[in-house]
Amino acid sequence: MSEQERLEKHWSETKGLMILSLGIWFVLSFGIHFFVESLNTVSFLGFPLGFYLAGQGSLVGFVVLIFWFSARQNKIDEKYGFDEGSGE
Amino acid sequence: MKSQGGGEFIDNLGKIYMIYTGGFLAFVVLIAILEQLGVPNQILGFLFIFMTVGLYAAIGIISRTTHVSEYYVAGRKVPPVFNGMATGADWMSGASFVGMAGSLYILGYDGLAFVLGWTGGYVLVAVLLAPYLRKFGAYTVPDFLGSRYGGNTARIVGIVVLISCSFTYVTAQVYATGIIASRFLPFLSFEVAVFIGLLGILVCSMLGGMRAVTWTQVAQYIILIVAYLVPVVWLSTKITGVPIPQLMYGDILSKITTLELELGIDKAHVEPYTNYDRMNFFLLIMCLMVGTASLPHVLMRFFTTPSVRDARKSVGWSLLFIFILYFTAPAYAAFAKYEIYSSVINSMIVDLPAWVESLKGVGLLTITDVNGDGILQYAEFKINRDVVVLATPEIAGLPYVVSGLVAAGGLAAALSTADGLLLAIANALSHDIYYTMVNPKAETGARLAVARVILIVVALGAASAAATKPSTILSMVAWAFSLAASGLFPALVLGVWWKRTNAKGAIAGMISGFAVCAFYLVGTRYGGMDLWFGVKNISAGTFGIPVAFIVTVVVSLMTEAPSKEIQDMVDRVRVPKGKGMIHEDPVTF
Repeated sequence: MSEQERLEKHWSETKGLMILSLGIWFVLSFGIHFFVESLNTVSFLGFPLGFYLAGQGSLVGFVVLIFWFSARQNKIDEKYGFDEGSGE
Repeated sequence: MKSQGGGEFIDNLGKIYMIYTGGFLAFVVLIAILEQLGVPNQILGFLFIFMTVGLYAAIGIISRTTHVSEYYVAGRKVPPVFNGMATGADWMSGASFVGMAGSLYILGYDGLAFVLGWTGGYVLVAVLLAPYLRKFGAYTVPDFLGSRYGGNTARIVGIVVLISCSFTYVTAQVYATGIIASRFLPFLSFEVAVFIGLLGILVCSMLGGMRAVTWTQVAQYIILIVAYLVPVVWLSTKITGVPIPQLMYGDILSKITTLELELGIDKAHVEPYTNYDRMNFFLLIMCLMVGTASLPHVLMRFFTTPSVRDARKSVGWSLLFIFILYFTAPAYAAFAKYEIYSSVINSMIVDLPAWVESLKGVGLLTITDVNGDGILQYAEFKINRDVVVLATPEIAGLPYVVSGLVAAGGLAAALSTADGLLLAIANALSHDIYYTMVNPKAETGARLAVARVILIVVALGAASAAATKPSTILSMVAWAFSLAASGLFPALVLGVWWKRTNAKGAIAGMISGFAVCAFYLVGTRYGGMDLWFGVKNISAGTFGIPVAFIVTVVVSLMTEAPSKEIQDMVDRVRVPKGKGMIHEDPVTF
């Protein structure tokens, strides 16, 4: 693969990961909380589920999402030889 | 720590901060013993404030530096975990520490918009911005804008947005340090306390810039998180027998619901949309998240990591450390509400618990027996939102040492945020205006001297503003998020993700987004303007952000594409490999 080709492929995978990550982010930030009234009828660890998700569940999700995203992006960088360790 | 290398210090960070934490805990135990020996509270409060501020000052002084890259980006040597702690302290302001739980107490479920908004924004930071800005190698956020959009216009517009969102914010932090210091050092007037707080801020940042602020912020994070957790863990143990408030408050929430029914309170704590309607709840989350991802004092923390990979990971650590406080805040609110509903409301006013009396004394609570029946009804009880955190130690029946600890935590939160904001403003002025635009040939010594003088001038400005107790400025703090989001977010994100963005588009987008947002904020708050579609003032970014995006795209497409050099530069920003674009690389564009 030429440098240009690698750049393009790397960027298209990076974009794919970005869209997926922001999709998950959207669900955690907004998507699930649209249903708070119905979720609140369910009890989870003693919490109304809707309240729990906004006060704790989504937050845990965000933290995990960022670490997961970082690991995935590192893999993409390594796959195309664009990580900081390679070729220097 | 004094040499530029600092390798030994960096290698031993874990050990150094473990010893530090142990020392701090030993200090707290010592104060507790002094309290038992009958040393008066005033002296204990004094010890707490002077010991912690003295500690920050010592870190600030030993981290002094004569190197430009140490001053602006801590030499890009801060490991991800420690940068995470520093970002946590940088991010969590005096208001987060003292007021967040109180807002949740008052707003119930709707207050969780703040919890979500101020955490989820870090996903945007990690995915869209931090790694690319780190790769770029800028010293400041306007530095990125100036280089990507080739020229000083973009840089200046960036600086104007940066100052508008950061200055009110830093004034509020200085104000908070003044409030806390004067409450615990009652022999000081508020104005004097403000300037003492200012001294605490300056001594941390002036000699060592970003390097000193980084290591002080790590120290401040440790104190603030310990101070935040201790009272609520204690309260949870007292009420439920289990020292994990974040898990145990589920049960408490159902007890609150039962009590609400008994007491006839119609605004239920767990019920959504009792304060904000559904649309405003989600718009607020969106504005806070996008604002988080645009605030320069947050973004610049990710310029300090050793690599792009570390910058990404560091965002995860930052959010983890922030999460610890933000997922505890709703527990604070629930426990405080439970205590108040179960042991204060519907009691005889003559036999209320002692802490009610003491809070009433300092004006944080008001009780008026409207119907004169001697019983305290729900409607007769008014509470200040800062009460929840400040009063929990007393509610839990904890000794004074814990109140002192909470004060030290609040002070750490306010000082660390003030440091970060002050540095963001002063660095933009010294690096972007003085060095880049006025005198690019300035020697290192002159650059650092100018940087320090500007820092002092900005700090004095913030302290003078804070000393007048300006209610207008304080009410404008929440504006920072919408202003930063509308003015900076599209130019930053598109600068990386859409190569076709050119200078004209970005500048037009920044100006129009910022103008629309500022117009809405000022118009609805002071101009008597009607709300557009019922969108609350605090969510003005709802209009500013899309306008900025649309204008940037349309103007970019109507004008010529950026030069080949700029496009190549964007290609290089997108991969971690290779050198940064500016400052680290002698070849600049």
